[in-house]
Formats: sequence, C-alpha cells, structure tokens
Amino acid sequence: MNILEVSNVSKKYEAHQALTDINLNLEKGKILGLLGPNGAGKTSLIRIINQITAPDSGTVTFNGEKLERKHVEEIGYLPEERGLYRKMKIGEQAIYLTQLKGFSRADAVKKLRPWFEKFDLNQWWDKKIEDLSKGMAQKVQFITTVVHEPKLLILDEPFSGFDPINAQLVRDEIKVLKEKGISIMLSTHNMASVEEICDEVYLINQSKNVLQGTVHELQNQFFDQSYKVSFDASATDLNSAAFQAHCQKVELNPNNESMKITLNEGVELNQFLGSALASINIKEVKPLIPSMNDIFIKAINDQKR
Amino acid sequence: MNKTLLIIKREYLTRVKKKSFILMTFLGPLLMVGIMVAAVMLSLSESGKQSVLVVDKTPGMLTKDLFKESADYKYFYSDKDLSDEEFKESEYTLMLYLNERFVETDAAAIYYKKLPSFKVMKTLESQMEEILEGYKLRVSGILPSVYARINTNINLVPKDIDKKTEKSYDRELAIVGFAFSFLIYIFIFLYGSQVMRGVIEEKTTRIVEVIVSSVKPFQLMLGKILGVAMVGLTQFLLWVFLSASLFFVAQATILKDKYNPQEMVQEQVSKKMASEMQMELKQQEDTQMVFEILNRINFPVMIGMFIFYFLGGYLLYAALFAAIGAAVDNETDTQQFMLPVTIPLIFGLMVGEFAITNPEGPAAFWFSLFPLTSPIVMMMRVAIGFDAGNVWQLVLSMALLIATFFGVVWMAAKIYRTGILMYGKKVSYKELWKWLRFKN
Repeated sequence: MNILEVSNVSKKYEAHQALTDINLNLEKGKILGLLGPNGAGKTSLIRIINQITAPDSGTVTFNGEKLERKHVEEIGYLPEERGLYRKMKIGEQAIYLTQLKGFSRADAVKKLRPWFEKFDLNQWWDKKIEDLSKGMAQKVQFITTVVHEPKLLILDEPFSGFDPINAQLVRDEIKVLKEKGISIMLSTHNMASVEEICDEVYLINQSKNVLQGTVHELQNQFFDQSYKVSFDASATDLNSAAFQAHCQKVELNPNNESMKITLNEGVELNQFLGSALASINIKEVKPLIPSMNDIFIKAINDQKR
Repeated sequence: MNKTLLIIKREYLTRVKKKSFILMTFLGPLLMVGIMVAAVMLSLSESGKQSVLVVDKTPGMLTKDLFKESADYKYFYSDKDLSDEEFKESEYTLMLYLNERFVETDAAAIYYKKLPSFKVMKTLESQMEEILEGYKLRVSGILPSVYARINTNINLVPKDIDKKTEKSYDRELAIVGFAFSFLIYIFIFLYGSQVMRGVIEEKTTRIVEVIVSSVKPFQLMLGKILGVAMVGLTQFLLWVFLSASLFFVAQATILKDKYNPQEMVQEQVSKKMASEMQMELKQQEDTQMVFEILNRINFPVMIGMFIFYFLGGYLLYAALFAAIGAAVDNETDTQQFMLPVTIPLIFGLMVGEFAITNPEGPAAFWFSLFPLTSPIVMMMRVAIGFDAGNVWQLVLSMALLIATFFGVVWMAAKIYRTGILMYGKKVSYKELWKWLRFKN
C-alpha cells in the first residue's frame, strides 16, 4: 500500500517548466530519497504534495484518497527555507505550530514536552529564538515538524545547519520514526545519509524523472564491472596478456600492491580470475560499488550529453 | 479551534504584549493631555500680573482713572513721557501711549519689555474702546441707553433651502467629520504598515513556508490583517478612555482654577457697551450652537459609519500592504510599491481638508464615492447628514467600498500567495502582473 502516489504531475510557472510528468510512489513505512541538482524541481514537487501550490495536470493521492485539504494534518513538512519567529518564546511557538496542525493547546503541550526532553531543550522553553544557537533552533524546528505524529513526513535538507553529532541525532530520530510506521520523503544532497537510510531513491533533473530504484538496485545498475584487485607484489607480471584481453581499463596503484580493473563487457569475473591467477598471486578481489554520490554525478552528466 | 482564529489570536497577543505597544498606549494619552495642559497653562500663565503705565497726552487726560483695575491689572497714569531707559528700569510691565490725537485716530501704541499675550492686548483694547466710546457719547449728548438701542450687530444666518427651519452648521459639522476622517487616516497608515512589516518578518525569518503547509496562505493573510485590526481598535479605545479620564483628572486638579471655558468665552465676547442682557444672549447662543451641533449629528449613524469606514478603509489598505510585504524581501525594497498605495490616502486627506469649506462640492462628492478615498472623505459628509434624496450616494459609496474590498483582497491574496515563497528576487510591476495570472 502506498501512502503517496504522484502520477504524471506537471507544473509550469509562466515560461519556466518546473515539473514534467513526474511519477513517484512512496510505500507506507518506507523512506524515499528525492534527489536532484538545484533547480531540478524538488521543491516544486514538495510544495504540491503540501498543497501549497496545485499541479497544472496529474494527480496526487494520499493514503489511497485524492489529496485534500484535510490531509495537511497528517503531513509533517520541514522546508529547506525554514525559520521561526525570532521574538516569540520557543515553547509558545512550538505550541502555536502544533495547534495549527489541529491540536488543542493542552494536547500540544502534552505532546511537545517529551520531545523537548529528548532534545535537551527544556530549560529553553521560555527563551526566544534569537537567544538560541542555530543548531538549537533547528532542533525546535524539527520537533514542530514531527510532533503531531504525521503519517507522512517530508524533510527538505533536514541535516543542514546541524553539526555531525546533531546530524546523527536527527538521522537516528528519522530511523525511530520509520520504525513507528511513519513514511518519510527525504530530499537531501547528503548522499551518505541517502545510502544509510533511504529504501528507495528518485532522481529528478530538469523537471523530469531520471532514475528510480532502491539504493541497491541503482548501485547494481551503475556498477561498471570495476574491481579492486590486491596481490602479492613480488610475483607480478602486469604485461600479461590476460589483463589486456579481459579488461578495458587497468590502473595500478602506486604502492604496486593493488590495482583497479574494469572488465570488458560480457566478461565474467571468473574468466578474468582464471587467466589472472596464472600471472599474479591474488590476495583479495573487491567489487567497486558506486556510491550514491557517483551515481548522482554520472546520471546527471549522462543526461547532459 | 478554527485556524484563522488561531492566527488572529497570535497576531493580536504578540503585539499587545509588546513593550512598545504598552508604552505607546500609556504614553500616547499622557502626551496628548500633556500637550493640551501645557497649551492651556501657557496661554493662561503668560499673561501674569500686569502693571500698565498709561501715558495720556490727550487734552485733559481723558482716560485718567477710567481703566478698571483687577487682581491682574494695575494702572498708573501720567501725562509725561518716560524715556526708554526709565521705562526699562521701572516696575511697569507695559507702557500704553496715547497721543494728543487719540480721540480722532482711535490709535495708540503699547511698549513692552516682554510681548504681551493676545488676551492682555484684547483686555486693554476693549477697555480703551469702552472709555473712548463713553467719552464720544458724552460729547455728542447721546445717552448710553439710547446708544445700546441704536448699536447694531447683524447676524447673518445661512439656511439650507431644504431645511429652512434649522440653522445650518454644515461647516462646523464638516470639521467634526474631518476629525473622524483624520483618525481613520492615521489608523490606516499606522496599522497597515504593521501588517506589511509582519508579512516581511514572516518572509525573512522563513517561517512562512512552515505555516502555509498547515494553513492556506489566504488564511494567514486574513488572520494577520484582522489580528492587527484588533490591536488597532484596542489601542484606539484605550487611548480614548485614558485620554478622557486623564483630561478630567487634569481639569480637576492642575487647571482647576485656571481653565474655565465659560469665562474665557465671556471675556472674548464682552463688548464695551454691551449690556448684560446682550452678553447673556450671546453666551446662550454659543451654548445653544454647541448643543444644536451635537443634536444635529446623528450619533448612532455617525458611529456606525465611522466603524464601517474605519474597518472598510483599513481592510482595503491592509490587504494592499500585505501584498507589498509579500512581494519584497526587506523593508527597504518597499518604496517603489508604497507610493501608489499612499498617494490616494494622502490625496483623500487633502480633499477632505479642502472639502471642509465646501462639503457639498464636486470634489467631496466624487471622492466620497471613490473607494480608495471614500473612507476619509465620506466621514465629513456623514457628519453633515444626508437628505432622503441623497442617501443613495452613501449606499453607493458603501457598496463600492465593499466590492472593491473583495476585489483587492482577491488580488492581494494572489500576489501574497506567490510572493511569500519567492526569495531573493527583485520584483517589478511586470512580475506582479504575472503573479496575478498564476493558477493556484
């Protein structure tokens, strides 16, 4: 069952085409990574899901129903451009934002207190945002996004502004929320986080879908048969014909103990190993799985061509 | 709770709790009453005690001993000139110089060390007139009682052909109306720009996207406008209440003995030969006029219309101010958009000012219908009142204001909705026009 289904959504601002036939599904309880270079249309799509704007064409369904106004209370949104009232006490502010999601004042306080506890913010309840550090303000912001326990959480660059320790705290919290069954849409340029927590990844570029799949699928798709081969340097003859026949690329590392090879198309690793073993003493062979970072760059560059 | 109500509540409470609001609410009336008290005190205290040397060169010193002494006025008489130095060193505050031809010229000079107040001058003038007239009557052999009967003061009474039975106070009424207009003007400016600043604040702190993911941009805009309107009404009512009570306190204490409007009026109108009866009549007439003006104002209608135009005008302009706030990134960028909004407002006040002298002229007519100026101009016409045949003008003006309000809010909401999510872009009028045509 999908919590969110985006089908053929297009959006145009005057001459600027922001989204073209975008499709995207988010399964309940999963984390979806929405990737794309700046200006690809991520924020436009997110604003449509948050009903801040409406698509020109296409449909969005939430939990099986056509997306409607009432659903805003089941969605939590942390925008990339975010902030809080500078002159308002953070406790009051958090209560206000929770109330706007449809809670009574008393319920809002009851829900907020444990979160303030968890993020170590209790003594700041009556302080104003302008008295807080940026990291603390980000924590408050994060709390107000998740406190109403939405079914769907949309996080746009949630790690920006956090130091590595707090970023990890947020990452862990996202995992905890996922365990609670909350579905999450995560838009970020932090590829390490994508690999760590995303179940499925959508890459959009220039307003269009470019790639889609689990991190594993994408890594397989972009795996170019490159391996790191470590060997015993004393018994090596690199000019051996075996290398040349099976590999399109061979790079010897400077220490002479390993090399990076890329197999010719259609060549199995075993074939290569069979002939390589005759000339070198192999200690270890490791596939060079592309990182999400590599995949991102390669996919975008491929599209440019 | 309704989300718009939540927004109104926040806008209201955060503003009302601000130190600057509390300070202004209490300082405002203090300042106002302070200025009034100071003005009254100054105008009264400056007169002080006067000792006047009357240098009378007329044959036989015709004014000798005829000035009426009082606690504040002492008179000394002499037929000899005083040199400048002698006067400067003397105890006299004023030197009244009547030359030989005083009777023929009706002119005299007054020398002073410190410029005498208007009131002092008037007192001396009326005393001199009284003395001179008495002298002339004696010389001509006319009895004062005869003169009182002959002395004629024409009172020209303007009467509206449609309201023949009543005396017309249109001009006075227009001034009362203008006071209301001025309040509306101040209110629109003060609180309209607060709405604008509020929108800019939400934009620059970037909280706006968080909020519009929970409520519609229109709700946020409306909530802000209404919340600020309530702040304005609160401040206005507190000002009226505090000023009134402060003024009563001031009147009862500081100005107890000094400020007596009745007495001041009396003094101003007291004429040399006027009989007691005439004075009383004049006084009665004045009081009667005030009452009649108050009677002529239809207060339920006046207050109703005041609230209508007060809110209508404010809401109209506040929506425009909100749109401006949404279109810019910071307050310094507001200039280019502020001008077209403030011009009709200032223009309305100017038309209102001119219309005091001609409240039924074409300018007052047209601009009391035009929605951008009607909240300011129409109040004057309401104060004067409408004939049954002209009520349509009021109704039309109100209908136009309401219709324009909806049109402007619709437009402002479109600009607002796009603008609040647009950062770091210098916006032109062309751009705004595009935003108006954006779908959702």
